[in-house]
Amino acid sequence: MQLAAPLRERRRRPPLGLALAAALVTALLLLPLVYLGVRSLESGLEAWQSLARPRLLAVAVRSLTLTAAVTAGSIALAVPIAWLFTRTDLPGRRWWMVAASLPLVVPSYVYALAVISALGPRGLIQQGLEALAGVDELPSIYGFPAALTSLALLTYPYVLLPTAAAFSRLDPALEDVSRTLGRGAWRTFAAVTLPALRPSIAAGALLAALYTLSDFGAVSLLRYETFTAAIFVQYESAFDRSAAAALSLVLAAAAVGVVALEARTRGRARNYQLGSHAARTPHRTRLGRWRWAAMAGLGLLVAATTLGPGAVLLLWLVQGAAAGETLGNLGAPLVNSILIAALAAGALLAAAVPLGVLVVRYPGAAARLVERSAYVGFALPGLTVAIAMVFVGVNLLRPVYQTLILLLLAYVVMFLPTTLGAVRAGLAQVDPRLEEAARTLGARRRQVLWRVTIPLMRGSMLAGTAMAFLLVMKELPAALILGPVGFRTLATAAWSAASEAFFAQAAAAALVLILVSSAPLAFLVAGRGGRGILRSSD
Amino acid sequence: MLRLAAGGGAAGALLAACGEPQVVTVERVVTVQVPAPALPKGTLTVYSGRSESLVDPILTQFGDISGVDVQVKYAGTPAMAATLLEEGERSPADVFYAQDPGGLGAVQEMLAPLPEHILNRVPAWARHTEGRWVGISGRARTVVYNTDALSEDDLPDDMFGFTDPRWKGRIGWAPPNGSFLAMVTGMRFLWGEARTEEWLTGIRGNEPIEYPKNTPQVAAAAAGEIDVGFVNHYYLHRFLSVEGEAFPARNYHVRGGGPGAMVMVSGAGVLSTAQNPEAAQALLAFLLSVIGQRYFVSTTFEYPLAPEISAHPGVTPLDAIERPQITPADLTDLVGTQDLLRRLDILP
Repeated sequence: MQLAAPLRERRRRPPLGLALAAALVTALLLLPLVYLGVRSLESGLEAWQSLARPRLLAVAVRSLTLTAAVTAGSIALAVPIAWLFTRTDLPGRRWWMVAASLPLVVPSYVYALAVISALGPRGLIQQGLEALAGVDELPSIYGFPAALTSLALLTYPYVLLPTAAAFSRLDPALEDVSRTLGRGAWRTFAAVTLPALRPSIAAGALLAALYTLSDFGAVSLLRYETFTAAIFVQYESAFDRSAAAALSLVLAAAAVGVVALEARTRGRARNYQLGSHAARTPHRTRLGRWRWAAMAGLGLLVAATTLGPGAVLLLWLVQGAAAGETLGNLGAPLVNSILIAALAAGALLAAAVPLGVLVVRYPGAAARLVERSAYVGFALPGLTVAIAMVFVGVNLLRPVYQTLILLLLAYVVMFLPTTLGAVRAGLAQVDPRLEEAARTLGARRRQVLWRVTIPLMRGSMLAGTAMAFLLVMKELPAALILGPVGFRTLATAAWSAASEAFFAQAAAAALVLILVSSAPLAFLVAGRGGRGILRSSD
Repeated sequence: MLRLAAGGGAAGALLAACGEPQVVTVERVVTVQVPAPALPKGTLTVYSGRSESLVDPILTQFGDISGVDVQVKYAGTPAMAATLLEEGERSPADVFYAQDPGGLGAVQEMLAPLPEHILNRVPAWARHTEGRWVGISGRARTVVYNTDALSEDDLPDDMFGFTDPRWKGRIGWAPPNGSFLAMVTGMRFLWGEARTEEWLTGIRGNEPIEYPKNTPQVAAAAAGEIDVGFVNHYYLHRFLSVEGEAFPARNYHVRGGGPGAMVMVSGAGVLSTAQNPEAAQALLAFLLSVIGQRYFVSTTFEYPLAPEISAHPGVTPLDAIERPQITPADLTDLVGTQDLLRRLDILP
């Protein structure tokens, strides 16, 4: 019966169930904006008028500058690394890939604290140098360069994962044809490979950009005043929720602008391939002696992103323990962290699939609105979303207020783009003709979904789920404010201790957080059996 | 006379919360007036703007000895206050425990007046004028300084001395921080708008390094990143307890007094919509009991507010601080302070 529907019409109008699911998710995504609108107009236009200050303009410019720079930096780091991992004979690339993805599991404020502890004035490095070479002062690390470096190092995995996934799914036949037709390696890369990778790079870069817009922990500690800091000050100084809401709306508008920019970059690129696996294994460039340079570079990167901060945390742990600081019980926070991250990853996937299908298969004005609304929550500071969800919970969803359900809904609002971006990139690589062929062969729509579409995009979906899991593991403000009373996670434990300078406790919680997150990360990045982002072709 | 073992000592203090006075000897150490029973029951929901690492042990102890199921939500004071304001009458909270009076002031309309026996545990300057909240522990505004670069004699008599150009590039401050804002509010009350503006402009002219809060300032003072920082007194002692006496920073309580030597409180109130007001009041009474106050003295290095307890021996005694006469009622105009700081471009 459904088969009788003409294909063209089916493609233009989404099925009712899909439309309803997408509408429901979109309504959830837009609720915080409704709240912000209401709150910002609470005392008339006063909150908006208070925004017309030169300081805020300067702050906005700083935020946008940092965002552009971090995005460029994360692409510059991620694309070559993705190439190394997927297209060269780099030894141990599976493990390098895991190591290079680890910044995803490091909370930004923990990273910034470690950076300051190591490189700041009278930091560990300076003290070491003083003992060895009498260096009594290092150049100041604060301000733009530190914020840029730290955030680029923390966000490049957002670009790396989808880019590596796209690299390993890319049919090498395309590149081979280009080479056969006489194009050199570089021109083939520029004319064939890069355009094919562009949607994945852009999707990752968008996340890096929005992460930077919404970050508060790293920039505040590294003393680069951004828009988020301005929002926090409104809450902190005079408990001015109206001004905070108005500023948040401005930030949301900036985010929509960034999303639109990404959509233009991505263009209408569709890279379908037939079959679930690349037809042939790509050849791997032999690095020869260059592999030592590559490994040295990667080693430096891993030292800067993970090993260095890890060493600082260990030192805090040892120092604090030696001074008799108790470490507290991390059992319950550990269980809670894993539980909420796993549940949230599931909820995010459930929300992302209808949106992804709508966006990719039924493009149009509605799909565009749906997609853009998904990115707003990611760009807002977590505290703003959490307070908005308090309002939503108390007024609309009273029965689930201060239960895990509302917290999960908040995580859908905050992190949907990670999962949606991956689902979208995956779907964009599934040729709808395959699905149509299945339909013509008598498969029902649901069968097509489960037996054709989902298997084809499994890798991308897993990558998106993994990112969501890791983001939720380290998420702080929503866990604090929306979690059931008494709900503790590793992130809240680390924050609570660090904010009162109980560094050993903070280090213990942060180390457990990083170690526990590393296991699923390793499985999803490099797991065997074709499940990982790197296919098990080696 | 009742003899109590270690755990029972706390129970004795808890009993002090309610009922008729008796005399109880707690572990042969302290003798306190202890009224009799009617122990609270049920569940108590606490919203704490003070961090878990600081207050969880004492809140847990209250739960253990009273049998009340204490559930605590922790977040920063501003976030917690904003949450309460959004929740309004539907808040599940019984108690709000805030880092600073500003947070309590923001939600004071939601708080119920407290009984005399709780309010009277602390001096008048340490509680809400209309009795809606009570101070639990005291913290002094102070100047943390690097002991390698400076001795106390090098430091000016009052806060105005830091506007001298010789302090250029050597000062740290944290304008968004609640305690800093309270100090500025105090300045406006004690000095008036014009002089406060003059001070702020003078300090700003000395290009202070801005920190998000107090803790990193103390670390920065010890590291020599700054020579002086405007902070609360107790962060230093936390560092001293971990890093030892060699930690190269100390507190200076401005000898000339004034707003730079203000002593403020962190405090708590009971929500007027509380489900379990009895347990809520019992908690406050417990925090103000000998056990509660001792806990803050020894663990957080804050000042006790109950009269029979003395401060930590490592901390400058309250009597030795030239603190100004100021009450919480004088510190309510946070919006005025915010406007001033925005106008001077000190706050975004």
